[in-house]
Amino acid sequence: MASGISIDFVSFAFATIRVMTPLLFASMACLVYTKGGIDSIATEGIMLMCAMAGAAGAWLLGGPFQGLLFGMATGVALSFLFGYATLSLKANPVLAGIALNILAGGLTIFVIYYLTGEKGSTQSLSSGTLPNVRVPLLADVPVLGRILSGHNVLTYVSLLTVAALHFFLYKTRSGLRLRAAGENPQAAESVGLSVTRCKYLALFIAGALAGLGGAFMSLGYVSFFSKNMTAGRGFIGMAAESMGHGVPGGVLLATLLFSVSDALSVQLQMMSLPPELMQLMPYLVTIVAIAVYSRHRARRRAAGPAADPKEVKP
Amino acid sequence: MGREILNMSRITKIYPNGVMANKDVSLSVEEGEIHALMGENGAGKSTLMKILFGIEAYDEGRITFDGRDLVHAASAAVIKSGIGMVHQHFMLVDSLRVYENIILGLEPVKGPVINAARAIAETRALGERYNLKVDPLARVEDISVGLKQKVELLKVLLRGARLLILDEPTAVLTPQETEELFGQLLLLKKNNHTIIFISHKIREVMKICDRVTVLRAGRNVGALKVAQTCPEEISRLMVGRDVVLKLDKRPRREGPPLLEARGLSLTNRFGKATLKKVDFQLRSGQILGVAGVEGNGQNELAEAIFGLARGAEGQVLVKGRDILGLSIRRIRDLGLSYIPEDRLTLGLAAAGSVWQNLIPDRADSPALKTWGFLSLRKIARHAGELIEAFNILCRGPDQEAGLLSGGNMQKVVVARELSADPDVLIANQPTRGIDVGANEFIWKKIVEMRDAGKAILLVSADLNEILELSDSILVMCEGEAAAYFEDAAAVTEEELGLRMLGYKSKEAAAHGQK
Ligand SMILES: Nc1ncnc2c1ncn2[C@@H]1O[C@H](COP(=O)(O)OP(=O)(O)OP(=O)(O)O)[C@@H](O)[C@H]1O
Ligand SMILES: [Mg+2]
Repeated sequence: MASGISIDFVSFAFATIRVMTPLLFASMACLVYTKGGIDSIATEGIMLMCAMAGAAGAWLLGGPFQGLLFGMATGVALSFLFGYATLSLKANPVLAGIALNILAGGLTIFVIYYLTGEKGSTQSLSSGTLPNVRVPLLADVPVLGRILSGHNVLTYVSLLTVAALHFFLYKTRSGLRLRAAGENPQAAESVGLSVTRCKYLALFIAGALAGLGGAFMSLGYVSFFSKNMTAGRGFIGMAAESMGHGVPGGVLLATLLFSVSDALSVQLQMMSLPPELMQLMPYLVTIVAIAVYSRHRARRRAAGPAADPKEVKP
Repeated sequence: MGREILNMSRITKIYPNGVMANKDVSLSVEEGEIHALMGENGAGKSTLMKILFGIEAYDEGRITFDGRDLVHAASAAVIKSGIGMVHQHFMLVDSLRVYENIILGLEPVKGPVINAARAIAETRALGERYNLKVDPLARVEDISVGLKQKVELLKVLLRGARLLILDEPTAVLTPQETEELFGQLLLLKKNNHTIIFISHKIREVMKICDRVTVLRAGRNVGALKVAQTCPEEISRLMVGRDVVLKLDKRPRREGPPLLEARGLSLTNRFGKATLKKVDFQLRSGQILGVAGVEGNGQNELAEAIFGLARGAEGQVLVKGRDILGLSIRRIRDLGLSYIPEDRLTLGLAAAGSVWQNLIPDRADSPALKTWGFLSLRKIARHAGELIEAFNILCRGPDQEAGLLSGGNMQKVVVARELSADPDVLIANQPTRGIDVGANEFIWKKIVEMRDAGKAILLVSADLNEILELSDSILVMCEGEAAAYFEDAAAVTEEELGLRMLGYKSKEAAAHGQK
């Protein structure tokens, strides 16, 4: 019995990390959008299109890595399109985002039908998957090795992304400017920065991240594209971003929470509980977590006046 | 001195909404002078400076700086050419640290990384040099208005500007800070920096400026040498009549206490005690001035009483009833109203229209309704009356409040709060950024309220305002009620200043004891 539980735990932890990968890309994309002062609502649609582009690209260009690059390029292009519509043409970001999400749902089905003659998935195309990685020393560590090693290469990339984003946003010149332009564009402009440039940088990075997340779905998570396969991950990314307080580490933790519930729902489905109920779980957790978090934040806001007396005496 | 460094000639600016903010305005500034730009609220001063700084486009005219034409230059180019601007409304990124705001756009780097240690050291050194001390690591959202002003000045100085545009820099400073700033400006002038200085306070202009250009309704009405003019002439040019900021107050007739604080204490979210057992009593027919060096608890006092600062301890009695912990709605219903310190954060919804900003506290009033629904007609009439009574310069009640000039935004707030006809008015910097004519008007209104038996708590950084308006004065120092003067007329500015700095008496100050 005891050994049964430990086996379950290892596979559960492994599954958590696996399902976390696309969520983490999504939440990091949302993080960059938000820091750049751009609505992140289009993340879901962009990811879905990139999942499609990944599979199609791999098939057309002859390999999963080519597919991955094609997916990322698609992400950047769509992100720029969204940015152009909202920043330059001043479209309402929520409406533009919804439009893009709906378009993604329809267009992806149209494309797979065009390519395969089927409406559900691209299983009939051979696009291959990105390799899994056996992490040299780590793989030999008992238990931990079985949890942490052997994941898809993009899983490790996603974790590195968190650290890289932290470094970029808080340590580099472009990161500082991006945050400034996102939070108070007038202030950034008043010191002669080009807000447009900062915003397009944010669009570029976030688009590439959404592209990675989408492409992982069809080139790593499974080996084909199926309709609506991102299933709200872009929106969960938005939730994780706000729960993680807009800092990479915090967003990582929030994403982990959602991944645990995601993995749990898969695990519980294997027991004889109604699968529909279990599939609800990640979304329920999202709602509850956001509610708790908002209350917490509201309380902290009310805790005191904003003005702090000066520390330096005249 | 003597060489013309800046020439703006025949500038015309029409905003997209049809407001002609500048019409054929010319401005000539000489190297090494402090040049004042004056005019009523909405006269077009800020607009002219935004045009110079390259953040507003202009329709006609020509700008020459240092012998070169600035042809519709963007602000990045303007900054490069040696012009810096401190805006009327702060241009700071709240969540960033002080030093990050200062170096933004000029970050020193080490490889790919911002050299934070150097940036912090530079900020400190610059602060030392110009006597503008700020904590480089503090977050801007946590610091006071006075400190934000210093950050803005440091930002400009770091960029090596030779021409500094200061748009109402003293509006948010205390007298001591203003003195400090003036010392600094004179030092800059000595180093051949040129300064354009916008202020509504003629006294300040007389004190440090060499010449003054006056605008009225978007047009030039004069350029004078300060040494050859007098305050009356300037105010006549600005508003077309003499304005003397002197009040004829009737002797006060005090009634029963309306507002009373007992042991009012407050700890901010950093765990620091910002109010320490403050007691005072405010009676009907009394104006109680609250003076203090910025950041010594005056603002917190006002916010705690009005329920904006949660977690205050002690008692605040209104007509004998404790209002601490009540909602702001309830507090307003009990007859209090509040003019907040910062019009853009608490005073207004900048994206809303003027009428929307005039009625939120009375939206439930039957006077604005027909058959239980808001009547836009009645609201428009009400808003129109207030706009006229308070002389708010706008295109009409539908104009976006955020597009008004600074002083006119302030008038919207004042109009709402005074017309609420409160029993107790808490006025936190009521005349900040307001021109002399409007200033006189607001003072008169406040005195009228007092004569009608209302009680007014006046928090102001302007000592002149405190001394002119108050019947009694409370001095705050480090969160404590450091002194109380029952009769304001018997207090001198000097004595008040010393008490604000924490000295017990003149003699103690002479010996350097607190
Ligand atoms: N962005 C804008 N769009 C439309 N109108 C504007 C805008 N900014 C200012 N105005 C209008 O232009 C006129 C001049 O405004 P400006 O801010 O230059 O006045 P000001 O002289 O600086 O006044 P104050 O002393 O009150 O700051 C005002 O009538 C104002 O309503
Ligand atoms: Mg102005």
